[in-house]
Amino acid sequence: MSAPGESFPQTRLSVLAAARSGDAAERGRALDLLFAAYWKPIYKYLRLKFTQAPQDAQDLTQGFFAELLERDLLSRFDPAKSRLRTYLRVCADSFALNEIKAASRQKRGADFLHVALDFSAAEEELRTQAIDPASIPSPESLEEFFEKEWIRSLFASAVAELQKLCDSRGKQKAFAMFEAYDLDGEENISYADLGAKHGLPVTDVNNQIAWARREFRRIAMEQLHALCGSEEEFTREAKTLFGETAR
Amino acid sequence: MKFLNDKALERLRGSGVPDLSGTRYELRELIARGGMGVVYAADDEKLNRRVALKVLDAASANPDLTQRLLREARVLAQLEHPGIVPVHDVGALPDGRVFYTMKFVEGLRLDQHVVKVDSLPERLRLFLRICDAVAFAHARGVLHRDLKPANVMVGPFGEVLVMDWGLAKVLRETSESNDTVFARFAKENPGDEETQATAVTGHGTVLGTPGYMSPEQERGETEKIDVRSDVFSLGALLKFVAAGTEGNKGQRLPRALQAICEKATAKQPELRYGSVSELASDVSRHLDGLPVLAYSENILERLVRFYKRHQIAILLITAYLVTRFLVLYFFHR
Repeated sequence: MSAPGESFPQTRLSVLAAARSGDAAERGRALDLLFAAYWKPIYKYLRLKFTQAPQDAQDLTQGFFAELLERDLLSRFDPAKSRLRTYLRVCADSFALNEIKAASRQKRGADFLHVALDFSAAEEELRTQAIDPASIPSPESLEEFFEKEWIRSLFASAVAELQKLCDSRGKQKAFAMFEAYDLDGEENISYADLGAKHGLPVTDVNNQIAWARREFRRIAMEQLHALCGSEEEFTREAKTLFGETAR
Repeated sequence: MKFLNDKALERLRGSGVPDLSGTRYELRELIARGGMGVVYAADDEKLNRRVALKVLDAASANPDLTQRLLREARVLAQLEHPGIVPVHDVGALPDGRVFYTMKFVEGLRLDQHVVKVDSLPERLRLFLRICDAVAFAHARGVLHRDLKPANVMVGPFGEVLVMDWGLAKVLRETSESNDTVFARFAKENPGDEETQATAVTGHGTVLGTPGYMSPEQERGETEKIDVRSDVFSLGALLKFVAAGTEGNKGQRLPRALQAICEKATAKQPELRYGSVSELASDVSRHLDGLPVLAYSENILERLVRFYKRHQIAILLITAYLVTRFLVLYFFHR
């Protein structure tokens, strides 16, 4: 199991192609990538939609991913009919409904997963987001919520990957400035302030933040590409992530 | 993994687009990406109107390019003409990048527009409107240096706008007016030697578009670039406009028009028209059925042109003479 804070596992193929690969290692990496991207959005979604207690939502999440493998649900996904994330959300819905109705939920471990499921962190995030389940009444709002959480998960992973890249290239300052300006959004912080803090002229601050943003975007697009079932889906999802400027 | 709050998500989703916070503009979609900058549609919240916002690409932002963008905006601001896209505002983003806003032009690029116009005279009249705008800029001491179909917009009412003055060169002096853009720059920026001495784009740099760029531009001989370089580009543009729709491609142009194109695009600047006005008046003469400077007609061609120009009068007189002859003939039998 990888440690919390690690980014998405790398795979050469798209998740779906790799998940159907005969190469066990490739298949394992693909599933890890899929689980890493989706476990948190699915956990939060189930937690809110079915107003489940944290422990029950954890069981449902682990059970859903176990079901995904056991019943080979990925092989039934058709990119021409829907987006992968919509398909997974609908599968999770259906699984959770059946489990709650049967009230015979089996507690399943997460030994099959090689990515960390840090549920306490997910709970903490839900608290930070201060979401009242009662304020999310409609299915449309829940779909939007799931989409937002999926974007959050993907971006968080891309940020972690960017940090690794900056560390390996000795560009820690670039990451620190990107973090302060774009991620933490410190109030009224200016490039001049960042320059003074890091001992750099404003033009360098500008260049380094621009570089970090470009790399972040590249990494996020690469990860998105791996998570899509087709080029058409990738184009659509890229627009969801970055709007019309995704081209 | 770091938790990203909603504000961070929004910022990251816009990581490829300029941050317009603190300005009066709200970003809409990307319109075009060029070598130097990116143009977006944006909404001016104060005046409640759509504008086009040009900003340097973050990746390429540097002091030289910033100066170029600023000069482009200043040049445009001085060129108030219905055929030249007007600048509204200049500002800076929180990251220090300079931007300027201009009129948001709805319409088609010239290359998209001409294929829809079947009539050659109509296409030539369109070309004359482009010449008007360029001649005006020349009179104010500014060369465009990148005239091509993609840099001309045609609005829904047939209005023509010459766009993208990013490669514009401010001339040292002009013969037509003392109140040139250069003169104002010199007054406002006494220390700005580059503006006075060379060009917006720098000395010796090859900038322009192959096919529409004059030979002296291709060779990077900036000191030889003058109004005749734009005349060359306009000549190439005239060929393009005259060729028109796909159906007309391959058809022979009238000889006089062909000669005008050849004279405008002569390799040696001395053999071209001396000004855009000369080129435009030759095209006008051709449209009016008059002889053009670029072509010496033989007697037969002169007669054909004379006939075409006075076709109705000639036919009426001929009909009158024939009737008269027949009346006389039958009365005296």
